[in-house]
Amino acid sequence: MSTAIESGLYVFLLASFVGFEVIRRVPPLFHTPLMSLTNAVAGISLVGSLVIAGSDQGAVSTILGTVAVTASTINVVGGFLITDRMLKMFRPRDAAPKAGAPKGGAAGGASAWDWLLARFRKNAATGTVQEAGR
Amino acid sequence: MNDYIIPLCYLAAGGLFIVGLKGITQPKTARRGLRAAELGMLLAIVGTLLHKEIVDFKWIILAFVVGSTIGALMAVFVPMTAMPQRIALSHAFGALAAGLVGTAEYYNHQPEIGAFTMTAITLEVLLGFLTFTGSLMAFGKLHEILPGRPQVYRGQNVVNLGTLVLAVGAGVWLITDPSRTFLFPVIAVLAAAFGVMLIIPIGGADMPTVISLLNSYAGLSSVAMGFALDNKALIIAGALDGSAGFLLSVIMCKAMNRSFTNVLFGAFGQVDVTASAGGVIEERPVRSASTEEAAMLLETARSVIIVPGYGLAVAQAQHRIRELADALTRNGAEVRFAIHPVAGRMPGHMNVLLAEADVPYDQILDMDEINADFAQTDIALVVGANDVTNPAARTNKDSPIYGMPILDVESARTVMVVKRGMKAGFAGVENELYYQEKTLMIFGDAKKVAEGLVHDLEATVSA
Repeated sequence: MSTAIESGLYVFLLASFVGFEVIRRVPPLFHTPLMSLTNAVAGISLVGSLVIAGSDQGAVSTILGTVAVTASTINVVGGFLITDRMLKMFRPRDAAPKAGAPKGGAAGGASAWDWLLARFRKNAATGTVQEAGR
Repeated sequence: MNDYIIPLCYLAAGGLFIVGLKGITQPKTARRGLRAAELGMLLAIVGTLLHKEIVDFKWIILAFVVGSTIGALMAVFVPMTAMPQRIALSHAFGALAAGLVGTAEYYNHQPEIGAFTMTAITLEVLLGFLTFTGSLMAFGKLHEILPGRPQVYRGQNVVNLGTLVLAVGAGVWLITDPSRTFLFPVIAVLAAAFGVMLIIPIGGADMPTVISLLNSYAGLSSVAMGFALDNKALIIAGALDGSAGFLLSVIMCKAMNRSFTNVLFGAFGQVDVTASAGGVIEERPVRSASTEEAAMLLETARSVIIVPGYGLAVAQAQHRIRELADALTRNGAEVRFAIHPVAGRMPGHMNVLLAEADVPYDQILDMDEINADFAQTDIALVVGANDVTNPAARTNKDSPIYGMPILDVESARTVMVVKRGMKAGFAGVENELYYQEKTLMIFGDAKKVAEGLVHDLEATVSA
């Protein structure tokens, strides 16, 4: 067995154990954010997709790669943004109610837009994934 | 130089993903964890873009722009009630990417592919395409484009299993000789077909388990991609994804006292079609009440536990229920929410909805935390939940839900059930709770009833 395969299997084994131990401690409260975070992290398939899309190995390969990059980017950008949107909603009893929380019915377009603006203003310095990706 | 930077980027990415998941184990550190995972992803992307094989950036930039736009729009405009669909859809995207990368890898390198890499690619494509179509089916069912009821036919399990065996068989044959190119599309198509067939017999309320399981498959296809490309960051991220999905589906199965096999092949929820068609509908008296009568009782209550279920999500009643909880609190009652692990259509569905409605999370308790408290509670208010409150799960050995852990609402002094009609729940079982003397049925749409209760409660208090 080659060293690459062997070390890969070790990494898989250990990462799975670490994953189990860490995720076991996630409270049911956060099960949905957990799923959407792991979705975003699963966007790591970008790593494979990017090489295929950019390595110029014929039209078919480039098309497959481009579609794969698009799909993965949707997961990365959408996954992180939506996890953040969710986590922001959780607050303990003593904290002040969030400003601008949609008070009636489904979230309207206006409040969602405010949320996006606020987020981009706040994170302009740190840079979000999609900005860095470009 | 890049020979050092690229692997270090991946190493840091792998570490940061673990830090990110660790963060989400506590409310205080959750968003910090998210930042760590974002940074990890950024490093992985930057590291990949440094690869010297990447010579052409125009398609990458186009895909980034399109993907970011779609992703951001979805993140902003998808309402919280539609979260299960969105999660299913993103499993589909992730799995599609894995399947396509596997396909390109195969055609770019065949027939000179080692047996190990070929195995990895085959697994990647199998898992990728089956998760892709399976997740699309789950999306369809959750979004109600497709019928949510399980669709079954005679010999279904044999056909499904046969398809899987054929796909795996073709895979093994291809691994033994990667030059048999005709096998590759066969594997892809069979895997895609199996994905569809796997979800067809699964009903709506089993979706929490299925979504978790698909999450796990999507993770494993990333792991396979990691082996095919010898990339450790992929293996780590995939393993985390895979174990998260697996753990969640185990939790969901336990919460229903059912096995994986039963969820996947049991076609649960099918029973009630036959049972109700069989004409064993017996008329038994229930006590029903108007919102005014219920409000009068609620006014005197010192402690109330609200039990939300999928019906609350359907009626989008989370904001009204929070207003009701606020009104009760103002009236001096202690109000808490009790959540069954499988309430709703995905793990944690109810928690997210209540958080959206601004209910503090320390007011929301899990089944194990709150079950003992029902006995000291004046009123248990069940909103759109059914099977998870059915005492038959404890008492009736013949019931399909026997052995399932339930919320102990019947121990409360009074039980109020907000429900649209007397229809049985997902499991197709009559709920004994509704016929008990202490139970009051309030018939109507959860949102309207909650509105009515708030109104009448305020009227009663001020009178």
